[in-house]
Amino acid sequence: MHLILFIVFAGICLAGAINLLLQTHPINSALSLIVVMTSLAVLYLLLGAEFLAAAQVIVYAGAIMVLFTFVVMLLNAGREERTLGSRSARAVGFPAAAVILAVVATVVLHTQGLGTAVLNEGITSTADLSTVLFTKLLLPFEVTSVLILIAILGAVALARHGHGDPEQKPERTGEQ
Amino acid sequence: MNPTTTQLLQQEVPLSWYLLLSAVLFALGILGFLLKRNLITVFMSIELMLNAVNLSFVTFAHQWHEVKGQIFVFFVMMVAAAEAAVGLAIIIAVFRARATLAVDRIDLMKL
Amino acid sequence: MNAYLHLWLIPLAPFAGFLFNGLLGRRLPKFLVTTVALLAPLVAFAAVANAWLLSQANPALLPLAEICPNPWINLATLHVDFSLILDQLSLVMLLVVTGVGFLIHVYSVGYMHDEEGYARYFSYLNLFLFFMTVLVLAGNALVMFVGWEGVGLASYLLIGFYFQKKSAADAGKKAFIVNRIGDFGFLIGMFLLLANFGTLSFDGISAQLALNPGWQGGVLTVIALCLLLGATGKSAQLPLYIWLPDAMEGPTPVSALIHAATMVTAGVYMIARTHVLFDRSPFALGMVAVVGAATALFAATIGLVQNDIKRVLAYSTISQLGYMFLACGVAAYSAGIFHLVTHAFFKALLFLAAGSVIHGMGGEQDLRKMGGLWKKLPVTFAVTTVGVLAIAGFFPFAGFFSKDAILYAAFQQGPSGKALWAIGLVTALLTSFYMFRLWYLAFLGKPRSEVGHHHATPFSMLGPLVILALLSICGGWVGIERFSAYLAPATGPRPVETAGHLELILGLVAIGVALLGWFIADRLYRQRPAAPAELAGAFPTGYKLLANKYYVDEIYGMIIVKPLLALSKFILEWVVDVAILGGLAALLGGVALLSGAILQRWQSGNLRSYAAWLAAGAAVLLLYVLVPWATVLASLSIIHFGVAGH
Repeated sequence: MHLILFIVFAGICLAGAINLLLQTHPINSALSLIVVMTSLAVLYLLLGAEFLAAAQVIVYAGAIMVLFTFVVMLLNAGREERTLGSRSARAVGFPAAAVILAVVATVVLHTQGLGTAVLNEGITSTADLSTVLFTKLLLPFEVTSVLILIAILGAVALARHGHGDPEQKPERTGEQ
Repeated sequence: MNPTTTQLLQQEVPLSWYLLLSAVLFALGILGFLLKRNLITVFMSIELMLNAVNLSFVTFAHQWHEVKGQIFVFFVMMVAAAEAAVGLAIIIAVFRARATLAVDRIDLMKL
Repeated sequence: MNAYLHLWLIPLAPFAGFLFNGLLGRRLPKFLVTTVALLAPLVAFAAVANAWLLSQANPALLPLAEICPNPWINLATLHVDFSLILDQLSLVMLLVVTGVGFLIHVYSVGYMHDEEGYARYFSYLNLFLFFMTVLVLAGNALVMFVGWEGVGLASYLLIGFYFQKKSAADAGKKAFIVNRIGDFGFLIGMFLLLANFGTLSFDGISAQLALNPGWQGGVLTVIALCLLLGATGKSAQLPLYIWLPDAMEGPTPVSALIHAATMVTAGVYMIARTHVLFDRSPFALGMVAVVGAATALFAATIGLVQNDIKRVLAYSTISQLGYMFLACGVAAYSAGIFHLVTHAFFKALLFLAAGSVIHGMGGEQDLRKMGGLWKKLPVTFAVTTVGVLAIAGFFPFAGFFSKDAILYAAFQQGPSGKALWAIGLVTALLTSFYMFRLWYLAFLGKPRSEVGHHHATPFSMLGPLVILALLSICGGWVGIERFSAYLAPATGPRPVETAGHLELILGLVAIGVALLGWFIADRLYRQRPAAPAELAGAFPTGYKLLANKYYVDEIYGMIIVKPLLALSKFILEWVVDVAILGGLAALLGGVALLSGAILQRWQSGNLRSYAAWLAAGAAVLLLYVLVPWATVLASLSIIHFGVAGH
């Protein structure tokens, strides 16, 4: 069962990721990403991370991607235009990505003693998670709340009207 | 069910496959970051990369039976949320200033 | 009285004077500058006189060596001390240097009274005296070289005293550079001395040579010739005499002191000091004699037609120095030194008198514009007459005795010696002629131009003139026999003894020749004043050749100076300036521009290229970290699969 489930959802994940790349309209890419995240949630379940699977769906797919979708619709982003490409992006970036993949794959595939994923074993309950989170890692936990506060403030400050008014500042050309 | 199907059904998944999937997703994220021309899509590729890393964390957490791996994923999600909020706000500000979301057009910082 | 103190005092007093006047003189009142400036040579002279008296009372005192206990250079292969030596030779020389030097200092007080660089002048003069005394007192070649170079420096400073005049500055440079060429010879000689004797001290060299009586020629000849080159540079002999006529750009007392009495005689002194080397090399001695005789004749011919009063005296100096070299070349060192002493008297006298003439003429130096000065400058006229008679070699003036000694020694030297004697005799004729020419043109006849400002010559100028005139009269009366007997411990015995009749005959011939010269000058310049112009017209090329000093300066300029200048200009302009510096600047600029151009492309502002480079960086890091591990793992798994496989 495990194998079949893994293959199915890994396939969906990959399909979604590739679709993200292939689509031209950002809303399609966003929806593909949601697919990826949901399938990742399933994979987390297979690995015994219950809480994380739920968090993945709720936070990632449910909040962050919704935010993305909001912005796409707010800005009325259309299809991607054909703009000037970047030669170095292709010349340097492709090999880089390929190298990263190759190296990591090699390491991963040849490491001994990784073992297998076992269903129904090593399931981490939320209680285990929260025990560690609220005792040993209490400070980072509280700090993240500060972080989120800062993020809220930053987002509000950046995105409100009057900040860098485009009506008053004409679009600057290259010469500055 | 024939023995092969049963065998198939009972086979376990090697952890290296999870890691391999994570690596592939990460590479796809890099490719998206390099290839896509819309600013928001580029940002989404970054989120993809983060998710790939999360997967590998969870895999290792499963291997070592450590909770810490999953807690790290928890924090990554937290940070990703904050980052997404701020990043999208920046994108909105950039859109207001430049009226375009094409990555190649937003090059005011060149020499 | 501690004799130790006194030798060091001799150079030290002038040095103190130099420092005082050089550093503070400008701000001090003139009389203070004068006092210090005169005190320095006076103290030195007093010390020398004191040493003289002590040595007369106690002849065993000489030679006296004072060696500083701290060595100057103390290496395994080279040991040099600060050593001063006082023997008969250096004592005689010092008496001349400090005595005549003091007189010229006194004269300068009057002559330079209105000059702006008064203190500077005296500080330089004292500096010169310091170095000259160091040179004379030197106990080894290196200390002597210090003095040698130092007098060259002082000479440069004093020739170029009127540094705002380009000709004076150029003359100073010329003197220094030509001297350098000679110094090169001196240096090579020193190196060879060091290599062959292991020591530079004169006593050490003499001792070693005394131990090897059979050592002749060979490397000793080379050393002697190198030293001769140095001497020709300093004493203005062929081929390095060219600086001395130009050195007349300096103030006249400077010409008197440095370029007549003392510095130019340093070459002769050096040869006398190192005579033990020259004695071992007949070839080198012969060269000395030939150089001396040739220079004497050469310079005398040029002096025949010069119109500048100081130039006449300059060429006369070169010619007389040739006599001294001739004397050394026939191993009559004491005769050479004798002539050095008498020449110091009458040449300094003549120069100072010329200074008085120039002073009285308001700066005019051209003989053709002078005349009739016997009425206006009577004292000067009287002393000049004494000087002219002395230099021409009339009995009983000083020049007669010394010149006669030289010619006699040359005559006795064999057939080549007789040829040298003949050259010396012809030169004596020419000397007498041009000196009387000067006498007639400057003092007698009618004034050819209006005399300049006419104020009485100050006593400070007249006093030394009179004293020097007296010395020119009686300076030779000590006689060559007593003189060389006195110098014998230092210069070796006389090569020839007085042989009565021969010497008398030769002396009479010399006087006759001098009279002939006077007679010719009288005919040309008093009886028939138009005759010289006619003669010049009759031999135009010869006249032009002489008047232009045989074009030697021009020849040197063409052969040596121009190519050197062109070469250095080429190197500095093209090699250094354009190629090296320009190239370097272009290189740096080019590098900056190129790297800027490259880096500029990198900072395109394009987000995606930035992203690409980010990814590349990450890939590199990953490679760096994981590749060793990956290769290990790969190899392990290959083995694993290979073994566990089919």
